[in-house]
Amino acid sequence: MSSDGVNKERRRFLIATTSVVGGVGAGLALVPFIKSLNPSAKAQAVGAPVEINIGKLEVGQLLKVQWRGQTIGILRRTKEMLDDLELVAPDLRDPDSSESEQPPYAGNEYRAIRPEYLVVNMHCTHLGCVPQLIPEVGPQPFDENWKGGFYCPCHKSKFDVAGRVYKSVPAPTNLRIPPYSYLDDKTLIIGVSPEGAV
Amino acid sequence: MAKPASSLARQATALMTWVDKRLPVTEFWNAHLAKYYAPKNFNFWYYMGSLALLVLVIQIVTGIFLTMHYKPAATEAFASVEYIMRDVDWGWLIRYMHSSGASFFFILVYLHMFRSLLYGSHRKPRELLWIFGMFIYLLLMAEAFFGYVLPWGQMSYWGAQVIINLFGAIPTIGEPLTEWIRGDYFISDATLNRFFALHVIAVPIALLGLVVLHLSALHQTGSNNPDGIEIKEHKDEDGVPLDGIPFHPYYTVKDIFGVAMFLIIFAFIIFFWPEAGGLFLEHDNFVPANPLVTPEHIKPVWYFTPFYAILKAVPDKLMGVMLMGLSVVVLFFLPWLDRSPVKSIRYKGVWYKILVFTFAVAFFRLGMLGMAEGTPAQTWEMRVWTFVYFAFFILLFFLSKGGKTKPVPERVKH
Repeated sequence: MSSDGVNKERRRFLIATTSVVGGVGAGLALVPFIKSLNPSAKAQAVGAPVEINIGKLEVGQLLKVQWRGQTIGILRRTKEMLDDLELVAPDLRDPDSSESEQPPYAGNEYRAIRPEYLVVNMHCTHLGCVPQLIPEVGPQPFDENWKGGFYCPCHKSKFDVAGRVYKSVPAPTNLRIPPYSYLDDKTLIIGVSPEGAV
Repeated sequence: MAKPASSLARQATALMTWVDKRLPVTEFWNAHLAKYYAPKNFNFWYYMGSLALLVLVIQIVTGIFLTMHYKPAATEAFASVEYIMRDVDWGWLIRYMHSSGASFFFILVYLHMFRSLLYGSHRKPRELLWIFGMFIYLLLMAEAFFGYVLPWGQMSYWGAQVIINLFGAIPTIGEPLTEWIRGDYFISDATLNRFFALHVIAVPIALLGLVVLHLSALHQTGSNNPDGIEIKEHKDEDGVPLDGIPFHPYYTVKDIFGVAMFLIIFAFIIFFWPEAGGLFLEHDNFVPANPLVTPEHIKPVWYFTPFYAILKAVPDKLMGVMLMGLSVVVLFFLPWLDRSPVKSIRYKGVWYKILVFTFAVAFFRLGMLGMAEGTPAQTWEMRVWTFVYFAFFILLFFLSKGGKTKPVPERVKH
């Protein structure tokens, strides 16, 4: 084969344009594969609100339910628990929940619509484990001055009974509060904000 | 070539000639075995590579048979593993070979890597060899993680929860990224199904490819040896290294001895101690996955615990994840961090012996602390050893250049 009279500039141009067009095409062909790994339409549809009857919840009892695959805890807090919320504030990382995730109607000091009932996404904001409720005040293996609250067995994060995170633990923010509202005195619905609330 | 004695041998030679014209079988055999010259002074540490290859084969074969009975669905996975254990003929044996094989793979790979630290096998001109090896190690961690999720026990579930949420620490894209990895808003059937695909197809193919690259790079430079001397610098008139011996039959025979010893230990574990007291198969994983209850004490399998300890030592999410990532990434740079003119620990000063020994202790202690309950005292100890772990690399960089060395012999000694 003779290479006389080859227009090298034209050859380079053709190689470059072919490579670019082919490269863009290959890149676009990746999109369906990457997107196929997103949550499917079925998975998205399962995220419907959940109704819960809280009429039988005793004082101090924690009820766990599932919503969108997340564990949601409903804790009926005692009078002492509510009174202690102010006392532990100096030891907390974000006592006013200004950097944490909650709907505005749960942005008060109790992090709840009705102070007695804490509705909280139980997954630790560190790596998603479910902390245990250890309501007893007193020395614990992991904390000599335990004041009662949630303790995550995975990486020792500690939260108070409003799900507020303590200082110097791995979890960065307070436990999340999901959107919820009361249908009536004894029925909660998780996943729906109160009417008129943003 | 000597004249074939019988007509049968003549026919065999003729057949090989026929094949060789069409496929370079003899050429390959000679290049990589019969005329591949390896240093004559290999010791115990040089068993690990070939044994790791053996375990890879064991994992692939047992894995293929496990997929014939296993069901990658959240509702069926746990039961199908129990089905393999109880109802499938010899299923328990195949499953224990596979689960113990995973732990042995890491034991061998850690020893294999430590050998490099001892004799400088990662140093010039074997940097690419080391980097391919590191990629094998990374993929092996991914493969082990995906595999651990498949039985869908409590540890599978919550281990996956923790590991996937590590990616959530990345600012902005973290949350959507975790959803994309899971294929759902929580660890679910979708997650299990894709981890199965990655575990049985994607990662093994990539692993095999990397093993080919690792061995190609090894045979390009030739093996290092305990003296850290390049045997190719002294060759006879035929171009054969004076301190080299053909891999086959010398090292094939040596490796077969190693294989026999290894299989004795391996068989003992499979038959008498397959859970290894909760180290190889964790107790909590005999409970089906329950998204509502986190086990009291979550810990990864032993081969991840040193890095897990580094994660736990840091009281900040993003920093912890970054430091843990760094603790693995920094290993990639080892060939350039060691600037000593001498490769082998034999000819380095006592400073290197202290460094390597302390590093090994730190890695071991971190591994133990990563499994522990995590009292405040243990958290402080983890911080100390994390510091020691990273100090090793920094000190290595600064001490290695001017550090004391002994004269290196011209030829391999022992």
